[in-house]
Amino acid sequence: MAPSHAEPSGAGPSYLDAERGLWSWLTTRDHKRIGVMFLAVLLLMFLLGGVFALALRVELLTPGETVMGRLAYNRAFTVHGVVMVWLFLIPSIPTAFGNFLLPLMIGARDVAFPRLNLASFYLYVLGAVMTLWGVFQGGVDTGWTFYTPYSTVTGREVMPVLLGVFVVGFSTILTGINFITTVHTLRAPGVTWMKVPLFVWALYGTSIIQVLATPVLGMVLMLVALERVAGAGLFDPSRGGDPLLFQHLFWFYSHPAVYIMVLPGMGVISETVCAFSRKRPFSYRVIVWSTVGISFVGFLTWGHHMFVSGQSTFGAGAFSVLSMLVAIFTAMKIFTWLGTMYRGSLWVSTPFTYVLGFIFLLFFGGMSGVAVAVTSADLHWHDTYFVVAHFHFIMVGASLMAFLAALHYWFPKMCGRMYPEGMGIGTAVLIIFGFIATFLPQFLLGNQGMPRRYADYPEAFQPLHVASTAGASLLGFGFLIVAVYLGWSLRHGRAAGRNPWGSEGYEWLSDSPPPEFNFHAPPRFPRPPHDYANPGVNTEVEHAA
Amino acid sequence: MRREASPRPVEPRALHFGDEASRQDAAHLGMWIFLATEVLLFSVLFTAYALYRLTYPGVFQQAPAHMDVFLGTLNTFVLVVSSILVALAVDAIRNGRDFAAAALLALSVLLGIAFLFIKAAEYTKHVHDGALPGAWYAYEAFALPGANLYFTLYWVMTGVHAVHVLVGVGVLVTLALRTLAGEFGARFHTPVELGGMYWHLVDVIWLFLWPLLYLT
Repeated sequence: MAPSHAEPSGAGPSYLDAERGLWSWLTTRDHKRIGVMFLAVLLLMFLLGGVFALALRVELLTPGETVMGRLAYNRAFTVHGVVMVWLFLIPSIPTAFGNFLLPLMIGARDVAFPRLNLASFYLYVLGAVMTLWGVFQGGVDTGWTFYTPYSTVTGREVMPVLLGVFVVGFSTILTGINFITTVHTLRAPGVTWMKVPLFVWALYGTSIIQVLATPVLGMVLMLVALERVAGAGLFDPSRGGDPLLFQHLFWFYSHPAVYIMVLPGMGVISETVCAFSRKRPFSYRVIVWSTVGISFVGFLTWGHHMFVSGQSTFGAGAFSVLSMLVAIFTAMKIFTWLGTMYRGSLWVSTPFTYVLGFIFLLFFGGMSGVAVAVTSADLHWHDTYFVVAHFHFIMVGASLMAFLAALHYWFPKMCGRMYPEGMGIGTAVLIIFGFIATFLPQFLLGNQGMPRRYADYPEAFQPLHVASTAGASLLGFGFLIVAVYLGWSLRHGRAAGRNPWGSEGYEWLSDSPPPEFNFHAPPRFPRPPHDYANPGVNTEVEHAA
Repeated sequence: MRREASPRPVEPRALHFGDEASRQDAAHLGMWIFLATEVLLFSVLFTAYALYRLTYPGVFQQAPAHMDVFLGTLNTFVLVVSSILVALAVDAIRNGRDFAAAALLALSVLLGIAFLFIKAAEYTKHVHDGALPGAWYAYEAFALPGANLYFTLYWVMTGVHAVHVLVGVGVLVTLALRTLAGEFGARFHTPVELGGMYWHLVDVIWLFLWPLLYLT
């Protein structure tokens, strides 16, 4: 993509130079190029969703109408939610970094089904175009959740959005199938299940959720479409149907989807913590089993979105307890990361700064998650800014910090160049504080009773809203700086060399940027990844075949 | 790394698979996961069916009286036989009997088409009765509250299934033609096996739809 590339650190052309021209990118089956293309489109989507977030914050600066009417506000938060959830967060880390790194991390030449991988990219683009077409055709005001019966009666632009999200779901499923099969069949000799890098484990857990939950979402969206076209009645009380069925089925997908967003992020953190603490993971097994645990329990918690929708007391209690189990698995991970840092040789680099932000925000978001999982407390907080702040801490605070950590950690691997490190750390600090300034006031607002999705509020809430908007501006400014210095570094950064971080992760054994088929010779990994006690044992071997 | 003489040219990108057998394993695993997603897709409809059966037990018990049980059962027979033929086709191609495999695939295609025609005949009858899905439901002989939901579910479940049959017929036609063209044989026949797996799943789903909609 960048016209001038750093010289590859090894012999022969890198994946960026193996073929030239736009057409070679659009028809590529190279997992690395597909990952980069995903990354480019994802960043565009993030920009779009972010602009709308800022628009919402500007509207909320003053009580009453500030810059947009109420319908416009409803449409704007729908664009923000739909774009951020369906088009950015859910595909983000797996499709961009997962695609790029998964084969490198298990010593394969590519994923198991390279053509399917490219198909997944085009389905994503097609779905995104359909969704955005619907959103900008006149606007959708359902929120990203498409709750019935409202979504079955409001403006006709809901249809293309439903179909677009349906198509994006296909893309997710194909990526999931591809990743699971790749991990099962293409691990290089020596990469046993208990030596698979932790990011790969995270992708594996995520893929399982993707393939098992996404079809449910697809069918539910089709039923909503049918409701609109044919008055099917399945979700319509006036025809004998039950709108709660929609909520159950929707959250059966959309709650596990939260783990689709955050599990890959946890994988990124597991890798970066080891790399910048110069230590093996404190407990590899705990991270693996908590990943598997979250993938499993994540399927059994959807009812906590419905504590006030009409659910049996027993059901609500069961969902409450199961939801808290997730916090236990998450805490196991947090302790393991802290244990990894303990007495490690810490290197406070840009990715590591984001790691620290991630751990703090995940802890905060996770604890507030336990709070809203308590049924009695949730009655008070349901549909208020408290919940908004809680899930933004998880989805933005955690997923986005991990995304940025991944971007900064693997940037040298992807394009072969470094970025200005001081700039990176400074911006990371700015972003973390901007984030806290944005969402901490929202906890307070929610606790005082500010409902979500409202364009208006009493004057007493204004100071906290102003604080939140100020934080959001800092956040936006921070992202702008990241875009500028990373864009600059694509062309002008100094060459990174094979392994600028001195990491013992498997992917760093390859050149930066890697050659088309990842390794010059089939690699051998006799030791686990991040084994800093035995550096340099894992190598590419010259004449293995 | 043991490498057998490959029955087809292998791209450099796929060299990480040691041999044809491991390529085949990967393809099978991918297909099994895909079939799992299909099961989850239908699970939504089965859940809705369970909910409304509990809500309107009387309607769901009386509903089979308004269905053409003979045609439904005939269709079950048609699909099971076609599944057997596909299984025989896979066996034939494994043993190098290419022409027999193509012929068996062609026969199962005919049965798949027969299924769709029988289904269409049933649909025509329902349309004639006014037993249409959703807002268009106007079947006076069966006007209990909830009857519309039964028929909505009937149309959606059998409709989504029929789309799968249609796709399956397309897949089997392609496989039969490619077998005739000599692309598959005893050494390489993974696509035939994968197509067969898909067809069996479509058959199995019908084996659940049939009792739920016609018999109980």
